[in-house]
Amino acid sequence: MSTAHADHAERSRALLRTTVLLAVAVLMLYPLLWLVGASFKTNTEIFTEVGFWPSKFDFGAYAKGWKTSTEYTFATYFLNSFLITVPRIIVTVISCVLVAYAFARFEFWGKKLLFSVMVGTMMLPLIVLRLPQYLMFKELGWLDTYLPLIVPSAFATDTFFVFMLVQFLRGIPRDMEEAALIDGCNAVQMLWHIIVPLLKPAIISVVVFQFIWTMNDFMGPLIYLSSVEKYPVSLALKMSIGATEEVEWANVIAISVVALIPSVAVFFMAQKHFIEGASSSGIKG
Amino acid sequence: MAQLSLRKIEKTYPNGFKAVHGVDLEVRDGEFMVFVGPSGCAKSTLLRMIAGLESISAGELHIGNKLVNTLAPKQRGIAMVFQNYALYPHMKVYENLAFGLKLAGTPKAEVDQRVRHAAKLLEMEHLLDRYPKQLSGGQAQRVAVGRAIVKKPEVFLFDEPLSNLDAKLRASMRVRLTDLHRTLREQGQPATVVYVTHDQVEAMTMGERICVLKEGVIQQVDTPTALYDRPANAFVASFIGSPEMNLQPATVQSQQGEPGLLLGGAWLPLPPAKAAALPAGVQTLSLGLRPEHISALPRPAGDSTPVSGTLRSLEHMGNEVFVHFDLGAVPLTARVPADQQHALVGAARGSAHGFHLQMGACHLFDASSGARLC
Repeated sequence: MSTAHADHAERSRALLRTTVLLAVAVLMLYPLLWLVGASFKTNTEIFTEVGFWPSKFDFGAYAKGWKTSTEYTFATYFLNSFLITVPRIIVTVISCVLVAYAFARFEFWGKKLLFSVMVGTMMLPLIVLRLPQYLMFKELGWLDTYLPLIVPSAFATDTFFVFMLVQFLRGIPRDMEEAALIDGCNAVQMLWHIIVPLLKPAIISVVVFQFIWTMNDFMGPLIYLSSVEKYPVSLALKMSIGATEEVEWANVIAISVVALIPSVAVFFMAQKHFIEGASSSGIKG
Repeated sequence: MAQLSLRKIEKTYPNGFKAVHGVDLEVRDGEFMVFVGPSGCAKSTLLRMIAGLESISAGELHIGNKLVNTLAPKQRGIAMVFQNYALYPHMKVYENLAFGLKLAGTPKAEVDQRVRHAAKLLEMEHLLDRYPKQLSGGQAQRVAVGRAIVKKPEVFLFDEPLSNLDAKLRASMRVRLTDLHRTLREQGQPATVVYVTHDQVEAMTMGERICVLKEGVIQQVDTPTALYDRPANAFVASFIGSPEMNLQPATVQSQQGEPGLLLGGAWLPLPPAKAAALPAGVQTLSLGLRPEHISALPRPAGDSTPVSGTLRSLEHMGNEVFVHFDLGAVPLTARVPADQQHALVGAARGSAHGFHLQMGACHLFDASSGARLC
């Protein structure tokens, strides 16, 4: 009798918990839901109705938005975004892993000072670098190219990632590296055969964050790119708002929804690896 | 295979702490040498110095007849088994075994042959396709040993390889490892082994010779029986053997011209051989008597000395009983075989009881330095 009673109490508690969590989740996700709903609405509907459910499902806004008011479609802008994002991710991962490996595993003169300088730059507001960087890239003749958006990352300037990788690497016991040393690895083989596979979960986090941040970056492209044919999605979205007098909001919103897809997809693909940590290192009794 | 020789090996850390103090040691070709000692005795440091994972501050390390002080680990001809196994989690067992050989540029066919040979030797052929996380502790341990075997090293180094296993598995792995050493010798490829442990049972059962270390100084290097029967000092005497040897300060005192020792108010006669070997002028010393040399009944040979002690506690082990008692104010432990148990039946805590000390088996150590007197 008492067990049944306890079961019942447990079940109602679980129900309450789920309801509260669901309510909060809907509250948090509401802007996103509204965004999707609004992409099917007319301008009047958008500004007069509170609910997110549209009166009809018309994909016309998506087609119109995709075409844009310029001579290029969003396909061009997406391609541009990837032309910036993919090389940037590659150079970020390479440079950050190298620097993190050095900080976490080697002793060298001035290591502590350099590490604190690196952590210090994390606190630096990025905006203060804009002007000097702009002038420098101008001197180099890199304006209106993707280089200013990619090349800085090749020097491990994304210090947050370096810091994250260093911390992750510090948590991995050195036994495996010592075993590899005895097996005959040199520093480079060690990095490739042992460290990189062990760092995989952290590297995937770097890829995801860098993907999302670069896709969403507005300021960088705005400053350095002037030709419309080189614009990434973030700039093209803004452009579609200011292009005509009367904004067709549904078009803008529809294309925003599409613009969200790559980031969301990358996040979900990588989600499993976020959880899978160093615990898979085969060390157990 | 090769002999290993350590000459005046020292380790000083950058902060000035000296961990290893001039160690001299010869490990013979094909010998199973065990380093044993309490935590912090620098046994692992010494092993890591042999492996090349720690630098050598002073002295010379030879493997074979080659000075290896400044050589990288891979050039020393060693293989090491780690306490945590240190298997590469992203590689299957086969790849774990083959990794070192591949790096060395060994032809593929030979790599395969060696990996399969090692797997057969360790009865783990069915594990080759698994990842380390799919292995049990004992299996992972075998893979770690296999990884060392495939390399056919000059010297095998083991760093407390069994300490992560449960007691039962540890006992069986102990036998397996000594068997393996014997098998390799019979197959004509004797393995020189240096094995580090803090467990004296492992040391006694596995080592052909044992090197007892304390605070970075070698205390004694000898066979297990010699260590047990003739410990070089009080530290070795108390470290080897379980329960620990009784070690208590005693005073030299003759009675009616007969040499003897005063311990906890009781006078114990010294056998003539011991008395003769005792350096002249020694007044106080440390008396060592192993628990099995104290019994509840007189020895049939009549060579035991009866004393009366106050019973403190009994520990029943099944085949024997550890009896803790006080002789005067001196705490002693006796190891009484089960067939003498009846002598203690019903004995209450605090009651007086007769014990018989086999003084012929006693060890005498210097009271201050702990060095063996006789």
